[in-house]
Amino acid sequence: MGMALKNSSKSQPIGVIGVGSFGTAIANMLAEKNEVLVYSRKQEVVDEINTLHSASGKPLNPKIQATFSPEKLCSACGVLFFMIPSAAFLEVTRTFAPFLHPYHLVIHGTKGLVVQLSDGEELATVAQLRRNQILTMSEVIIQETLAVRVGCLAGPNISKELTDGQPAATVIASKYNEVIHEGQRLLRSEKFQVYGNSDIIGVELSGVLKNIIAIAAGALAGLGLGENAKGLLISRGIVEMAHLSKALGGTASSVIGLAGIGDLVTTCNSSDSRNFTVGYRLAKGESLPQILEDLEEVAEGVNTIRIVDAFLKTAGIRAPITENLHRVLFEDLPIEEALQFLMKYPFSVDIDFV
Amino acid sequence: MKEHYIKHQYDPILPKKQEWPVVRLARERKEFVKKVASQAEERILDLIGKNPEILKEELETTLYREKLRIKQNPWDVDPDDEGPFWGEVKTNLLQIHASVSLSKTKKMEAYRDVLQKITSRYSEEIASNFKASHYKFTRRVVTFGFSRLLNAARVKGFGSFFSNQYSLQDKIQITGQTTQIRELATKGTIVMVPTHFSNLDSILIGWIISVLGMPPFIYGAGLNLFNISIFAYFMNALGAYKVDRRKKNLMYLETLKTYSKEAIQFGCHSLFFPGGTRSRSGIIESKLKLGLLSTAIEAQRANFQNGIKEVSGKIFIVPVTINYHFVLEAPSLIQDYLSMTGQERYYKENDEFSTSYKISKFLFKFFTKGSDISVSIGQAMDVMGNYVDEEGNSLDKWGRIVDTQEYFMSNGKVTVDAQREEEYTQMLGRRIVEEFHKINRVFSSHLVAFVAFELIQAKNSKLDLFDLIRLPQEDLVLDYQEFKSACQRVMHQILELKNQGKIDTAPHLSRSMDEIIAHGLENVGMYHAKRPLIQSPTGDLATEDMSLLYFYHNRLHGYGLEKLF
Repeated sequence: MGMALKNSSKSQPIGVIGVGSFGTAIANMLAEKNEVLVYSRKQEVVDEINTLHSASGKPLNPKIQATFSPEKLCSACGVLFFMIPSAAFLEVTRTFAPFLHPYHLVIHGTKGLVVQLSDGEELATVAQLRRNQILTMSEVIIQETLAVRVGCLAGPNISKELTDGQPAATVIASKYNEVIHEGQRLLRSEKFQVYGNSDIIGVELSGVLKNIIAIAAGALAGLGLGENAKGLLISRGIVEMAHLSKALGGTASSVIGLAGIGDLVTTCNSSDSRNFTVGYRLAKGESLPQILEDLEEVAEGVNTIRIVDAFLKTAGIRAPITENLHRVLFEDLPIEEALQFLMKYPFSVDIDFV
Repeated sequence: MKEHYIKHQYDPILPKKQEWPVVRLARERKEFVKKVASQAEERILDLIGKNPEILKEELETTLYREKLRIKQNPWDVDPDDEGPFWGEVKTNLLQIHASVSLSKTKKMEAYRDVLQKITSRYSEEIASNFKASHYKFTRRVVTFGFSRLLNAARVKGFGSFFSNQYSLQDKIQITGQTTQIRELATKGTIVMVPTHFSNLDSILIGWIISVLGMPPFIYGAGLNLFNISIFAYFMNALGAYKVDRRKKNLMYLETLKTYSKEAIQFGCHSLFFPGGTRSRSGIIESKLKLGLLSTAIEAQRANFQNGIKEVSGKIFIVPVTINYHFVLEAPSLIQDYLSMTGQERYYKENDEFSTSYKISKFLFKFFTKGSDISVSIGQAMDVMGNYVDEEGNSLDKWGRIVDTQEYFMSNGKVTVDAQREEEYTQMLGRRIVEEFHKINRVFSSHLVAFVAFELIQAKNSKLDLFDLIRLPQEDLVLDYQEFKSACQRVMHQILELKNQGKIDTAPHLSRSMDEIIAHGLENVGMYHAKRPLIQSPTGDLATEDMSLLYFYHNRLHGYGLEKLF
C-alpha cells in the first residue's frame, strides 16, 4: 500500500469490479473525470480492454485499464465500485477480502440478497428465515472484509440509456457522508444527477424488493390488462415494499425515493427487464422451469420472492403480493386466481406507512 | 466441584507510584485543567460554526438552565460562589447586548471571553483531586476492613477477627482475561467498560483494578455521590472526576468530553459505565450512552494524527460484567423503571446509598451471609471492536493483523470527520453490548427468577407487564415439578448458547437441577424485605414481590430464551 497511499486520490485510479453492462456503463462515466482500473477474472477480457479499448465489443473510454489481479487493483485504488451480478457477489467479495483495507471506500451497484443457511439447507426448501440469516450486499461486504465505509448505488439506471448519454439520476446511500460525497464527486455530470441518502439498508432493500413488483407488472401485461391495473399495482406495490423494508431494517421514506418508486416505475414499464419477462411469460401459461431455462442471467425477483416469503413466516407480517406470487411460482396457483385473491384482499386504507 | 477462580495478589505492573499516569496527571493538574478548558472552548466554537449569534443563544440557554438548577435542585456539594458567578455571566451578556457600537468581530471576542470563563469553571469542577497517599490508605482500609469483617463472620472463636483464612477474593471472584489486561495496561491505555447495576460497582471495580496490580483508573462519578463526605473521600482517592447529571447544557457536556479525551491521550486508564446510569430494569445494557465512548475514539484518532503509531498510543476497550445474586437498590431501580414506562421523565436521584448507616448495614450483611459476586473481564478490543492480542495488535475475524489507523484515513492521511466517528462510536457500542452478553455469567438466581417470571407470564398471556405486577399473590403459585422441568429446558438452551460462545455460566450451575434451584432460591434477592421467589413448605414456589422477580428475571433478557415459553 505504501506507494499508492502517498498519492492523492486525484491521481489514483478508481476501481471497478465487474464489466457487465452496468459495470461498463459506470466505468465509462467514471472515466470522464478519472483514470479507471477495472477487474475481470478472464485474461481475454483484460486483453481486449487493454488493447482494443472495448468490453464484449462495447466501446470503452481509453482511460480505462484492466487487470485480473485483485491485489493490484486494491493497492492501486482507494475507491472501489463493486458492479457484480448478485449470484457471484459473495464469491467475488471473498476473492477481494484479503486485499481490502479499512481505508478503502466501497460502493456497490448490486441488487440482491445473500442468504446464510446451515449445512444441508437450501433456499428452495427452507421454510423460514430470520433477519440475521439475510444479508444485503453492504452487509456482505462488512461481514466478509475489513472495509467499513461502504455505500450503494441504486435507482432507475438502464445501462443502455446511460451509455447513450441520456439524462438520468441515481442515489448513493451510505451511513458515511464521506462515501456519499466521494460518489457524487466522481459520478456527477451534466447528464447524471447523484442524490445522497443515509439509509443504506432502505435503499438496498428498495432496489431488491421492486423486483418482486416487476414480476407482477409483467404478469399483468401478460394477462392483457391495461394502465389502470398497472397504476393499482405500483401504488399497492409501494405500500408492500414500505412494510417489508421496515420489517427488514430500512425506513419507509427511502421507498418513495429514486431507488424505490423511481426504479419501480422504470422497471414496470420496461419489457426488456428479466423480472418483467418472467411475469409476462408466466401469464402466458409457461411454467417457471421453462422460463428460467431460456434466461441467460437469473431473474433476481424469483430469488427475492423465495427469501421474502420465508422471512414473512418469522416476521409476523403479511405481504399479499409477494405471498401470492410465491404460490404462483412454486405452488402452481393459476395466475388468474392470484389476481382474484388480490382484488378481494381487504386493503381498506390507501396509505398507512407515512 | 472445582472452581477455577483467580485468587492471588498480582505484582504491581508499575511499582513506583510516581510512574502512575494518574499521579503524573495530578502533578500537572493545573496545566491540564487549563488545557481542557481551552480545548473545550475550541470544540464549542467549531460546533457552532464560529457564529456569534448562535454562541449568544447557547450562552443564554446555559445561563438560564444553570440559574434554574441553582434555584430548584441545589446540592450540598455545590460551591457557594455559584450564584455570584452566574450573576456575573448575566451582567456580561447584558453589557455585550447593549453595546450596539461593537463590530461583529469585537462582539464575537466578548462572547468568547464569557465562554472561556464558563469552560474554565467547568473544567476545574470536573477535574479529579487524586492524592496517591489517600489512594494507598483507602485501598488498605477497604481490603483490611472487608477481610476482617469476613473472617469475624465466618471463622468462629477467639481471635477470629485477625484470622486470614478468608480473603475478599473468596467473596468476589475475578474471571476472564486478567493476564491480558495487565499486559496491555503496560503497553497502551485501557478504557474499561463495565455493566452497571449498583452503586457498589465503582468501589468494587476500583478494588479489582488494584488486586490485578494495575495503577488506579480514572472515571466519571456522579456528583451526587460526592454529597456524602465519606464517599467523596473514597471517590477522590480512586481517581474519580465529577460528572454532574443535572447539567445538560452544551458547554458542560463538551468540557466533560474534552476532559475524558485529554485524560485518555495523557495515558490515564479510564473507566466508563457505558450504560450511563445503573440499569433500572435489571436488563444488561443494550443501548449505550455514546458520549463518553466517543471520546475514546477521538483520543485514538488524535494519537494517530500526532503520529503516535506505536502500541503506546493505542487505546484498548475492555468490557467487564459484574454479576450479583442480589442488588441492594433493586426495589427502587425497578420502581423507577416501571414508573418511567419507556418515556424519559424528570426524577430525583434517590437511592439506598443515601446514608452511611445503610451502606454499613448492607456491607455487614454482604460479608456475613452468602451472596457471592463474580466479575468477568472480557477480551480487549481496539476502538473499532477488533479483538487485540497480548502484544496489542488488532486482529480481524481471520486472525490477520489490522492497522487501526487505516479506519481514520482517507487519501492516505489521517483525517478528522465527526460524522464518521459518530458512526464508529455506534459500532463500538454495539460490539460492547455483544461482548457483555458473551461474558455475562449466569447464576442460579438468574435462572430461577427468569423461569418463574416467564411461567407466570405464560399462564397469564393476555396481561401486560403492569397487570401482571398487580396480580394477587394466590395467582402466583407455581408447581415445583413444572418449574423444575422448565428450568431444565432453559438450562439446556443456556448450555447450547455457551457452546457457541454466546454466554458464560458460573461453576455452581454444573450441579444437579434440584441443587441449582435450591441454591438459586436461597440467593435470589436474598436481603430484600420481600423476597422475589420463595418455596412454600409444600414445595411450591411463590413470589412476594412480582416487580423484583421481574428485575432479577431481566438479567437473562436478550438471549431469545423467552421463546421456550
